[in-house]
Formats: sequence, structure tokens, C-alpha cells
Amino acid sequence: MSLISVKDLTVSRGGMPVLEGLEFSVSSGEVLVLRGPNGSGKTTLLRTLAGLQPPYAGVVSVDPDTVAYAAHADGVKATLSVAENLAFWAGVYGGQEIAEALLHFNLDALRDRPAGNLSAGQKRRLGLARLMVTGRPVWVLDEPTVSLDAASVALFASAVKAHVAAGGAAVIATHIDLGFEERVFDVGPYKARMDVVRDDFDEAFL
Amino acid sequence: MAINWNAFWEWANPRKFMWWTDRALPVIAILAAVIFVIGLVWGFFLTPDDYRQGATVKIFYIHVPSAMMAINIWAMMLVASLIWIVRRHHVSALAAKSAAAIGMTMTLIALITGAVWGKPMWGTYWEWDPRLTSFLILLLFYIGYMALWEAIEDPDTAADLTSALCLVGSVFALLSRYAVLFWNQGLHQGASLSLDAEENVADVYWYPALVAIAGFVLLFVALVLLRTRTEIRARRLHALEMRERVKNA
Amino acid sequence: MIRLLWRDITLAFRSGGGFGLGLGFFLILVTLVPFGVGPEGDMLSAIAPGILWVGALLACLLSLDRIFALDFEDGSLDLLTTAPIPLEGVVAVKALAHWITTGLPLVIAAPALGFLLHLESTAYRWMIVTLLIGTPALSFIGSFGAALTVGLKRGGLLMSLLVLPLYIPTLIFGAEVVRRGAGGFLVGTPLAMQAGITLGAVALLPFASAAAIRVALR
Repeated sequence: MSLISVKDLTVSRGGMPVLEGLEFSVSSGEVLVLRGPNGSGKTTLLRTLAGLQPPYAGVVSVDPDTVAYAAHADGVKATLSVAENLAFWAGVYGGQEIAEALLHFNLDALRDRPAGNLSAGQKRRLGLARLMVTGRPVWVLDEPTVSLDAASVALFASAVKAHVAAGGAAVIATHIDLGFEERVFDVGPYKARMDVVRDDFDEAFL
Repeated sequence: MAINWNAFWEWANPRKFMWWTDRALPVIAILAAVIFVIGLVWGFFLTPDDYRQGATVKIFYIHVPSAMMAINIWAMMLVASLIWIVRRHHVSALAAKSAAAIGMTMTLIALITGAVWGKPMWGTYWEWDPRLTSFLILLLFYIGYMALWEAIEDPDTAADLTSALCLVGSVFALLSRYAVLFWNQGLHQGASLSLDAEENVADVYWYPALVAIAGFVLLFVALVLLRTRTEIRARRLHALEMRERVKNA
Repeated sequence: MIRLLWRDITLAFRSGGGFGLGLGFFLILVTLVPFGVGPEGDMLSAIAPGILWVGALLACLLSLDRIFALDFEDGSLDLLTTAPIPLEGVVAVKALAHWITTGLPLVIAAPALGFLLHLESTAYRWMIVTLLIGTPALSFIGSFGAALTVGLKRGGLLMSLLVLPLYIPTLIFGAEVVRRGAGGFLVGTPLAMQAGITLGAVALLPFASAAAIRVALR
């Protein structure tokens, strides 16, 4: 069963298309790894998948209520404790237990520490633990391993493995090897061409 | 005969807009200048002085048209914003942006000429009269609207957000108008020109005033077309820059 | 939604930004006015309704940019947009939290400050009533201004420029109620108008704010 699929998708940043002709689908139990140099449009693509911006052209078929999105910023509040931060997001997504997520990301010992005191890596782990309490099947992750040490990367990889084993799916933009390289999607060849005039008002300015 | 509305909207395509305004603009501009001058000369030199107000009444030929334009330009911006929201015509959004500065100038002209006229008439440059206050509030709305346009970098985002501000602002501008009436009854005379003929000024003032208003309207059309052309060129430049940036990335 | 409300209130308390700051500002403003206009009781009593309303309005404005800007910076707004709560609900709840942490304390503090300004004794009741009715409108209108400027680097000043003109009707009717109340006149009409503005703002503006945030995040 395909949880997320895109057909002839063009995504744009600031009104200009950056990637075009994208076609892929991710089914339950699969991980799709996005590759591409900085500025190639991976973040734009992920934001489009998460429904934060509309596609420039083409179709994204995904139920927006199945997507959990995580980006560079973790949405962690400095004045709330680790447990409070997580409990808030758990509550927003319908009241999952936070204990398991805390344990998995080795945050249990830090649970009453204000999140403002965490190191960058610990904060990141908290941001990723949030994914586990959303209970949503599709994880859309933008550079999830930034500022994580090797042990934490392994923790994260195992969390993703457990998630897909339970029937979930993930789309991950990353530069490092996480151990699920069976499906790599390189965005390079889909770079939008600049020499064609599109039938669109914005392009009509050119 | 059925009107082909799609053909109508095609005139708003930037390229087509540039094409037809390139030809129409000089005609409109010359027409505006001629009518503007006729209206003002007629009004200033060929009408009798008012028995009570003397020669000060002549400022009427600038004050009233600019005040009317100040309000109508906001209404035009509202329509243009709605067209942008519904049909996403870029030229519409840019026309609203171009109109704002002209509208603000008209509001300022109305306020300043009003103050100049108010001094001999009421003995004061400024009074917190509902009509005067409403124009001051309108000026604030124009300033906010223009500031928001300037502050946002992405042109489409700016168009969306300023349209939202224009819509919400219109509602609150109307509310303010009634709130201000409620707050102070005022000493400004009634509207100088209304459809209710009994209250109107005498014909001898009325005809040159109409010409002056027509001149102001044409002046506005000419200016808004000119400014929209500039905005389209700026937008084209922006698109080219974006393209270069994407290419080099 | 309740959780979001609690979170925003907790955050306002812990960071000390919303709660104490607005009140302190209100107090300072009211203290400064007699220095500016002179200590005569009659004069102060005449301008007290206006000063209290303008003060409440400015105090409200002070903490507005926190409604969305902080959540925008740390990425929470992206996450809230993709969360199961409709964005309109998020906006409404955040405006409500702003009112509870800023507007409500002002309502409670206003009588004490009215005392400093020799507010007519007949006017106290109406001061509280209009602030109670009017300040929610300030928070909801302000949330729209905050939404328009959420992605901007120096949005604070611009937001004031956008929001203050929108506050005019609320201010006029609010101060009018107190003035009439002080003089012992009927207050029904301005009070009803003000309640209407508040109800309209609470009912409709969250949709406009949510639309603006969606655009800003795009």
C-alpha cells in the first residue's frame, strides 16, 4: 500500500521551480533516502510533501493527517522541561505515552531538565523523540542527524527501523549512511530546466 | 452578444499589458493633462468668487477631487486585491501596489488643502472633526499597506499578505468611519457633491468641478499605468535574478 | 487545543515576558501621564478613561509579536501547521492565551490605576466592563497583525504600524463607554458596538490570520 506518492511533481522556491518531473512512491515498510547537494531543493520538496507549501505543478497524493514532519528547527521550548516538551506534542497528536520515546532516545535521565540546558545533540534527540509520540505513519525528515554523535545516529536509525517494521514509512533527506540505502532517490537529475518558458504568469514576466 | 471573459482577462497578462499600455499611456497622459488644466483654469479664473468664502473657495477644485480619489483609490485597491486572491493575476496585485502611493498622496493633498481652506473658514488648520479624522485614519491605512509591501521580500507572499491586509483593513476603515461619526459630530460641511441634487453647490461651480474630477481620474489612471509598468519591469528583474540564482546553485 | 493553551500560558509565565511586562508597562505609562500633563485632579479625572484605554492598548501591543514570532523561530509553527489541530484553531487558542496573559491582568489592574488618575467613582464599573469586553478584540486583531509580519526580521515596528489603525474603533467605543459612564449617561450603544466588534474579530479574524500564516510559511 502506497502511503505517499508523487506524480510529475514540480516544486518551487520563491516562485521559481527548483525540481521538476519528480515521480516516486513510498509504501508501508519502506524508507526513501533523498540525496542531492546543498540548495538542490530537498527541503523544498520535503515541505511540499508535508503540505507546508503547495506544489508548483503535478500531484502529491498523501493524506496530510498521516505525515509527521521534522526539520532543522526542533520546535523545542527552552523554558519547558524535556518531559513537558514531549508531553505537549504527544497531547497535540492525541495523547500517546512519552515514556517509550524518552527511553529510546536516552532522554529518560534528562526528563526534568529544562530544554534550554540541553546540548545541541540532546535537543535534536528530543526533536526526534517527538516523531515517536505523533503516532503518524509517514515520517518526513529533513537532515535529522545534524549535530548527532555516532551513538545517537544509531539510536535514530533503529527508531526508523522499528517504525517501518511496524508498518510506517519515512522520507529522509540526509548526507550520511544510515543503513537503509536500498532506496536512494537522487534529486540531481530532476533539477528544473531554466531554458523553457512555462505557461504561467510568473514566467510571463520573463 | 456574449462577452468572452477569458479574452478580457488576457489583457492582464504582463506581456500583453506592457504592449497595450505602451500605446495607450501617452494618449491617456496627454488627455489627463489637457482636462486637468482645463478644469483648474476654468475653476480658478472663470468662476465668480463665493459671496461668503471669497477666493478661498477655489481650493475646492483640488480639495474635493483629491478627497474623492483618496477613497476611490482604496476601493480600487480592494477590487484589485480581490482579483489577485481569486484569479491570481500578478498585474492586478502590482496595480494595487502602484495605486497605494498615489492614494496616499491624494489623501495628503486632501488633508493639506483642507487645512489651508479650514484656516480662513473655521479659524483653525486642524479640528478633530469626523471627516478630517477619517482621512487621517485612511492615511494610516495607506502607510501600513505600503510598509507591508516594502517589508516582504518574496513578491507573491507580499501580494497575498497585503491583499489580506487590504480586505481586513477595509472592514476596519468602515468601522472607524462610523466610530468616528459616533465619537464627534463635527463641523465639516456635508459632502460637496452628492447625487441628491438639492444639497449640491451651484451649477457655475459644479461644471468645472466635474471637469477637475475627470482630470484627477485620468491623472490617476495615467499614473497607475505608469507605475504598474515600472513594477512589472522590477518584477521581471526579480524573476531574472531568481533564475540566475537557481542556475548557479 | 487545551494543551496548546496551557503551553502558551506556561511559557508566558516562565519566560516572564507576557505577564509581568505588559502590566509593568501599563503602570509606568499611567505614572508618566501626570508628569506630562500636571497633577491637577480635575484634569486627570477628565482624561483618565482615555489614558487607561490607550495604556491598555499599548501594553497589549507590546507582547503581540511574541504570539507567533517565537514559535516561528524555533520551528514550532511549522510543526503546529502540520499537526492535527486546524491552524485556525491554533491561531484562536494562541490569541486567547495572549488575552489571558496580557488582557486579563490589565482588566484587573485598571481599577487600581484608575485610582491614581482620579477616575470618577461612577466610571469604575464601566472601565472594567469595557476592558473585559474590548481587550479580547485587541488580542485577536493583534494576532492578525502578528500573523502578517511573522516571517519578517524586524516585524515588531511594522506590526505596530499595521495593528494600531485597526484598534481605532475598539478604542473609540471603549473610551466612550467610560466617559459616558463617568457622566452618568446611557452607555448601551457604544457598549453594544464594542461587543459587536469583539465578537466579529473573535469569529472571523482567526481565518484571516491562519491564511496569512500559511502564506508566510510557504
